[in-house]
Amino acid sequence: MPGHTRCNERIIFELGCSGRRGCIVPKVEKEIQRAVGDAKTLLPEKLRRKGLPRLPELSEVEVVRHYVRLSKMNYGVDSGFYPLGSCTMKYNPKIDEALARLPSVTWTHPYQDEGMVQGILEVMHRLSKWLAEITGTYEVSLQPAAGAHGEFLGTLIMQACHRLNDELEKRTELVVPDSAHGTNPASGTMGGFNVVVVPSDEDGCVDLDALEAAVSERTAGLMLTNPNTLGIFEKNVEGIAEIIHSAGGLLYYDGANLNAILGKSRPGDMGFDIVHMNLHKTFGTPHGGGGPGAGPIGVSEELEKFLPVPRVTFDGERYHLDYDRPHSIRKIRAFYGNVGVLLKAFAYILSLGAEGLEEVAEVSVLNANYLMKKLENIRGFELPFARGRPRKHEFVISAKKLYKETGVRALDVSKRILDYGIHAPTTYFPLIIDEALMIEPTESFEKEELDRFAKVLERISNEAYSTPNVVLQAPKNTMVTRLDEVKASHPKTIALSWKMYLEKSEQQRD
Amino acid sequence: MTRLIVHPYIPNSIPKTKEEMTNEIGIQSTKELYADVPQKFRLRRRLDLPKPASEHEVKRHVEAILSKNKTFKDASIFLGAGCWPHYVPAVVGTIIQRTELSTSYTPYQPEASQGMLQALFEYQSMICEITAMEVSNCSMYDWASSLGEAVRMTTRLTHRTKALVPRILHPERRATLQTYTRPIGMRIEPVKYDLETGQLDVEDLKTKISRKIAAVYIENPAYLGFIETQVEDVAEIAHDHGALFIVGVDPLSLGVLKPPGEYGADIVVGEGQPLGNPMNYGGPLLGIFACRDDMRLIRQLPGRTVGVTDTLDGKKKGFCMVLQTREQHIRREKATSNICSNESLCAVAAAVYLALLGPKGMRELGEAILSKTHYAMQLLAKTAGIRAPMFKSAHFKEFVVNFDQARETVNNIHEKLLRHRVHGGKDVSEEFPELGEAALYCVTEMHSKEDIQRLAWALKTVLGEKS
Repeated sequence: MPGHTRCNERIIFELGCSGRRGCIVPKVEKEIQRAVGDAKTLLPEKLRRKGLPRLPELSEVEVVRHYVRLSKMNYGVDSGFYPLGSCTMKYNPKIDEALARLPSVTWTHPYQDEGMVQGILEVMHRLSKWLAEITGTYEVSLQPAAGAHGEFLGTLIMQACHRLNDELEKRTELVVPDSAHGTNPASGTMGGFNVVVVPSDEDGCVDLDALEAAVSERTAGLMLTNPNTLGIFEKNVEGIAEIIHSAGGLLYYDGANLNAILGKSRPGDMGFDIVHMNLHKTFGTPHGGGGPGAGPIGVSEELEKFLPVPRVTFDGERYHLDYDRPHSIRKIRAFYGNVGVLLKAFAYILSLGAEGLEEVAEVSVLNANYLMKKLENIRGFELPFARGRPRKHEFVISAKKLYKETGVRALDVSKRILDYGIHAPTTYFPLIIDEALMIEPTESFEKEELDRFAKVLERISNEAYSTPNVVLQAPKNTMVTRLDEVKASHPKTIALSWKMYLEKSEQQRD
Repeated sequence: MTRLIVHPYIPNSIPKTKEEMTNEIGIQSTKELYADVPQKFRLRRRLDLPKPASEHEVKRHVEAILSKNKTFKDASIFLGAGCWPHYVPAVVGTIIQRTELSTSYTPYQPEASQGMLQALFEYQSMICEITAMEVSNCSMYDWASSLGEAVRMTTRLTHRTKALVPRILHPERRATLQTYTRPIGMRIEPVKYDLETGQLDVEDLKTKISRKIAAVYIENPAYLGFIETQVEDVAEIAHDHGALFIVGVDPLSLGVLKPPGEYGADIVVGEGQPLGNPMNYGGPLLGIFACRDDMRLIRQLPGRTVGVTDTLDGKKKGFCMVLQTREQHIRREKATSNICSNESLCAVAAAVYLALLGPKGMRELGEAILSKTHYAMQLLAKTAGIRAPMFKSAHFKEFVVNFDQARETVNNIHEKLLRHRVHGGKDVSEEFPELGEAALYCVTEMHSKEDIQRLAWALKTVLGEKS
């Protein structure tokens, strides 16, 4: 991207020099050395490591420069517009980061005496209550490390509920719309369910007739995103809940798109029994290049007993970790959750308050509809499904026409967007739209930035019709041009570590 | 409910901009954008949450709450058990605060994400070096979920539905493993151990192994801190029966301890938190997941993994995510795992940490931990009423202290120690009743000679108080 250094940064194993060191390990006191003798003898001979691990040898200054250079080869929300649909790439407040670095949280151990960790337990307890209020659920567990982890927990709770009702044997199917995130069906499988896919209607919403036909006494539940992945509010959510509940199934809310309805509407009120939230989407914690995130889940009163242990409780004076939950599904991870992330979300909600969160929703929706208006008439792009209906926080345009008329695909458009110093939208998702570009501006970007993006897309459209090769060969201004992803995954050339890379290079020379 | 809030995080919240934008859309107010939400489901009140606050208020408020915590800085704490206190060099914090890295998403657009991709590739490569494996993914949630995914992976590879694990296993890992494997009908069976040494009972393993076993799992160091010595025998027994051999590690032991790749491990899992990540009250953690260079295994790998390739024009080397066809966003219900968000930034922290440590640092740190652990065991062993270490084996970082002779419960001792500003080890008496009144103590490079002496003194005082 413009402004990025374009020279290669060598891999760390090619840097440094034998004998250099990046840190001095804390010394072992003389008295201890004298008492225990040669450290080598403290391990049995056959379990000792013989050679040293072949880690790089660099001075501290080289390590710093290497990773600072790598960071300059990367694009984050702080670099510019990041309209990656479905991922809610919003601003990550710096105060939240600073608070999460306080030693009073970073230096606490999960098995410390409850009396020593009342502060962090209070944060967790209050956060869970706030999230329950926001989602309209009864209780929230903060344990899942990510959205998909929350989904997995959701499927386990469905199982636990049906098992308790002696229905698990027959309830083997989990219903998922065809517009769902890939994690939904994958989580269903992990939870041991057979996944049944229902199609969308011409409005991009769940087709009620098809749903009716797919649901039976085998149905364990339905996973639904609302607003859905097209950015459309499921108009029949009441009917959907009715169909699932009357069949004895449970309704699961995928919170990927919760940002659009904060303070406006609550999944619990719509009839959802289990709800996950992505704190790294909706509550401003950074995505970290893929994590850590946090995926708390809220549940209805009936399902509360199944939440993982321990539960953080408050007796009016002190906070406790409660393990005494006989119906709990027990554990999905070690300890209590991604506490460092939870603390950031706590500070985020404190800063915005009720009014601010509602404003977040409203402006994210305003931004999306404004941008949609600016893009929908650009030559080559179309807005499939429910034309004329407002979107929520995101929308999907199709480059199908552009592809037919110029040979330029959604993928090429996204690569060309990178050339203009902007991150690309999500492409080829949801699967029900050909040549999809899924755009989510979030509330974090100013009108001028949205206007600039619209101009860029218009320019790319012009390029596609006049000089398509410019788009087809994009990107040119990035650190690297398009990569050979087939080679990257081919058994002959695949290299998932430096060691493996050297071996494969050797083999190819022979 | 009128709301006039111009919040610093929301640039378009000023009325003028809103008006321009609603005009462009052709609506009167943003409210109209919610017109399709059924009346019934519109929230008619404001959420019951605090009022918006200034940054200063937020800071003061959060700091006040957190000041109720007592940390490692306030007391001598001897806790480990899956989350350990280790020094985190300042450089690590500096790098992971680079917001080009921390505010980026999963590197779906490799051309704009070479920095993150290369950092993750380097993480994978360093994990492979310390474990002596060839392949690593770029992180799981934690050790426990890595173990769950590893055992599920072996059942896909072998089509067998039973796994053998040591009886001495962290209760949180055991419970998580159960949760991960139960939905697909797997059975997890514990293998006994020798009460004297803690070592896995190889005879018991031999009676339980069969062609129905998908995986044999061990940990080294074991959950209770001792070193398993019969690792090669266990590997052989597993492989002779067509089972895969999974080894769980504390990566910081691998500067001094033989790496699992050198004794036949097919899959290595572990907790990467000690590598440059603070304890954070138990999360985020960093699940290590590595395996052998075998396409059968690689195709079943859960999670994201980064590889090297060239640009299409062949002019430059670059990095991208590989074998995405295993993953949920492509393969959906047939994916090897549902994992999407992982712990990437923690993996970057681990890479920076390992780069700083280097080969000699790994060795020296391992030796420092060994020395201090042994010093603590020596001192405690001299205290009347205490048996330390309980197991007659070599130990790394952690060891079990038995208090049976003191005729006092671990919990009572813990309460009394607290009064001396010492936090004792984790009570394991309930997890392993056969160990009696026992606690798992942890000593790292962070504990000074004085800290350890203080512990010994406090224990002596506390136990003396009674008699």
